Amino acid sequence: MSDHPSTYQPNTAIERWLDTRLPIIRFGADLMSFPTPRNLNYWYTFGGILAFCLGVQIVTGIVLAMHYDPSGAGAFLSVQRGIMRDVNYGWLIRGLHANGASMFFLAVYIHILRGLYYGSYKAPREVLWLLGCVIYVLMMATAFMGYVLPWGQMSFWGAKVITSLFGAFPFIGKPLTALLWGGFSVDEPTLNRFFSLHYLLPFAIAAVVALHIWALHVPGNANPTGVEVKSKSDTLPFHPYYTVKDLFAISVFMILFAVFVFYMPEALGKVDNQSMADPLKTPAHIVPEWYLLPFYAILRAIPDKLIGVLALAGALGMLFILPWLDTSKVRSMRYRPQYRMFFFIWIVACAALGWCGAQEPDGQVIHGLTTFNLIDYDLNSVTWLSRISSIYYFAYFLVITPLLGLTETPLPVPDSLYTPVLSHPAGVPSGAAAAPETKG
Amino acid sequence: MVRGLYRARISFKVADSLAHSAPVADGSADPSRRDFIHIAAAAATLGGVAAVAWPLIDELNPAADTLALASLEYDVSKVALGQQVTISWRKQPVFIRHRTPAEIAKAKADDHVTADMKDPEPDANRVKAGHEEWLIVLASCTHLGCVPVFAQGDYGGWLCPCHGSQYDTSARIRKGPAPKNLEVPEYAFLSDTKVKIG
Amino acid sequence: MLRKILAAATFAGLVAVAGPSLAGSTQAPLKEVHWSFDGPFGKYDQAQLQRGFKVYKEVCSACHSLNEIAFRNLGDPGGPFWNPKYKNSNDNPVVKAIAKDYQIADIDSDSGDAIKRPGTSADYFPSPFANTAAARSANGGAVPPDMSLLAAAREGGPDYIYSVVTGDGTDAPAGLTIPDGKYYDPWMPGDVSAYYKGDPAKTPVGGFIAMPPPLIADRVTYDDGTKATVEQEGKDVAAFLAWASDPKMEERKSLGLSVMIFLFVLTGILYGSYRKIWSNAGH
Repeated sequence: MSDHPSTYQPNTAIERWLDTRLPIIRFGADLMSFPTPRNLNYWYTFGGILAFCLGVQIVTGIVLAMHYDPSGAGAFLSVQRGIMRDVNYGWLIRGLHANGASMFFLAVYIHILRGLYYGSYKAPREVLWLLGCVIYVLMMATAFMGYVLPWGQMSFWGAKVITSLFGAFPFIGKPLTALLWGGFSVDEPTLNRFFSLHYLLPFAIAAVVALHIWALHVPGNANPTGVEVKSKSDTLPFHPYYTVKDLFAISVFMILFAVFVFYMPEALGKVDNQSMADPLKTPAHIVPEWYLLPFYAILRAIPDKLIGVLALAGALGMLFILPWLDTSKVRSMRYRPQYRMFFFIWIVACAALGWCGAQEPDGQVIHGLTTFNLIDYDLNSVTWLSRISSIYYFAYFLVITPLLGLTETPLPVPDSLYTPVLSHPAGVPSGAAAAPETKG
Repeated sequence: MVRGLYRARISFKVADSLAHSAPVADGSADPSRRDFIHIAAAAATLGGVAAVAWPLIDELNPAADTLALASLEYDVSKVALGQQVTISWRKQPVFIRHRTPAEIAKAKADDHVTADMKDPEPDANRVKAGHEEWLIVLASCTHLGCVPVFAQGDYGGWLCPCHGSQYDTSARIRKGPAPKNLEVPEYAFLSDTKVKIG
Repeated sequence: MLRKILAAATFAGLVAVAGPSLAGSTQAPLKEVHWSFDGPFGKYDQAQLQRGFKVYKEVCSACHSLNEIAFRNLGDPGGPFWNPKYKNSNDNPVVKAIAKDYQIADIDSDSGDAIKRPGTSADYFPSPFANTAAARSANGGAVPPDMSLLAAAREGGPDYIYSVVTGDGTDAPAGLTIPDGKYYDPWMPGDVSAYYKGDPAKTPVGGFIAMPPPLIADRVTYDDGTKATVEQEGKDVAAFLAWASDPKMEERKSLGLSVMIFLFVLTGILYGSYRKIWSNAGH
């Protein structure tokens, strides 16, 4: 597939002239005619949905920056008085931008889970996967800094907590936080630099997305069977088959997006952020945005500051090293029923971590029930649930994934992705019709 | 296939230019002298880049106006027994707590349970002699910087709402993820009621 | 055997060992009000907003600022004094009359002296206190929060405001000592356990509030003849504050309806197009 021959024919004199100087039309045409496996299901539309999300964030963000004042006294007012009340359609643009961040993360999580399920991270697509991980980290940094900009109570204290994470490192911790803050605490200099970086990073994301797509077009798409494309008849040109499918999916996604923007614009936010930042008073219950909750729970599960921070970073690091942890020859979990079961438990563990991250630090899992204490905490506590879930989170990557690949017996893998496709209507993939395994 | 051919042509060209043009351009037959000038050029360039990078990094550090924030004087007689105030010093919150005799006694009694403490420190080191009723500490949890809340938790002192670190009546860390006691800033009593912080 | 021991240990643990429990913040379940602006088609009740504004002006504004609201906003579409005759709310005579009653700090352009002048519709509601420190010292250490976003800044929104203002000054249950300058309110999130002498399991819910009970019957006289009970005043001011924190709600919901209809049509058309194109993907 990497040797996808160019089928572009310049038709006019101008096109021919341009083609020998800057073959940009050829580049676009080759992208559009890129041979794509014909059995990609709806889970594969999230790449297109993510491109849409990035576009929405960049466009609305540029417009919001025109009305925003990154100063300690002016930030909250410029958002709550200026943008939300006075700027024409300001409430709409901010609603799109703020809820768009959540939509972006929703889509990226589905995209990542899809990659995990179908084994899209395996050779020869490791670099594609790593670039995706880089995008995810950049997204988190961008979202975090963007959340600081309205300068509400959660903005301020979220910034304080996250930047204080860097203070956990011995010796360099203190100078490092001073360098991040530009002061003795989170303050106006911090707000200003976060604004600058929040404006910059999305373009960095866009650049890595370009690399991500490049890295996709070298080996070509993976697909739900995990079997490599063998002949031209296994594929369809990207346009119009997948452009129209992605557009349809984006449209469905927009309906969900619009429900949030128009009917529950603050549902994903925190009420405390509607009060201006007060450096003297921490809100009674401080929690990050939903998409960071599992990591927050891992941080809180560990009673030591430095180890907690390292575990938080390690949880992300697992994704980066996953291609080298998975020992299985079979790509798709469709043919790995045991691994699939552990994977679903892993999703439950992530959800449990997310739930724990939103609870009071010393709360109980089942209210009113007291069990017995283990290392300072009730076993029926949020702390212990997040500890158990954190242990499973890491064990899934470090123990289950490498060992299971060596010990499990996978189901028969089809000869080619064409085989299951033949017996079904076009575009409806199925693992049920897998041909007998022919591995020698 | 097309791309493969193209690549081969490029690599051939590069090899060709290296093989033929380098000695011609240099004009010198002495290989060590030739290497030296390249190493010197690379070092000078890197040195220049580093010299430019430093101001770009250092500008992130606290600026002169931030550092200039003066010390703060506070009249503690405004704080009733058993009460505390949170004041802002260098844009950081500071607790000034007027401790009750019971709180002081509890703090002193706990001086001996060092095994229970992550950061053992006697109460006497955390207050000024003769002014034991005044506990003055930075109100930033040493875990991740939240402002702890008084009269909650198991030790009669502060509880951090963020991650549940608990401090005693001497603001020493007793439970939870925070690694250190609440920091005592530099301060001095100018008179019995006037304290100067910083 | 091991399992039996474990089970026994667990049971003993359940019964005997109470883990350390932190005194947490408690609050009575909010009084739920059926608001005219609930639901995807809800709108503000203009008469209610006008009554609520009167409560704000005559009661709350003595201590609470409304920093983000300009007088002109009262005449914006969906606002308490919106009148389709005055598309530009600055021209609305009701708004102008309200603004004129307020004294706004300004600088005299001839002499440069600090002066007070009557407000115009472009001015913002002036704060009752010069600054936060003044507000704190005048209110026994508690700063009355700005009301522009209060309904958005509290869990429960207008239900919360209604519950707190009507519950403020509830008689203290036996055994509860109310500190000086404070009032007991079951709907104010807080922790009163330190002030309660009695069975800790029966500690009253709620907390103390520094605001004296703000509403009494007939504290305001409604222009539309509505009987000014405490409940009525509470509901009206909560509705007014809900509008103040979300003045674009009606515009948002009505645009939302058009957008939803469009998106469903677009999705349908795209689905048809998708099916048509993929029907060619034979082998």
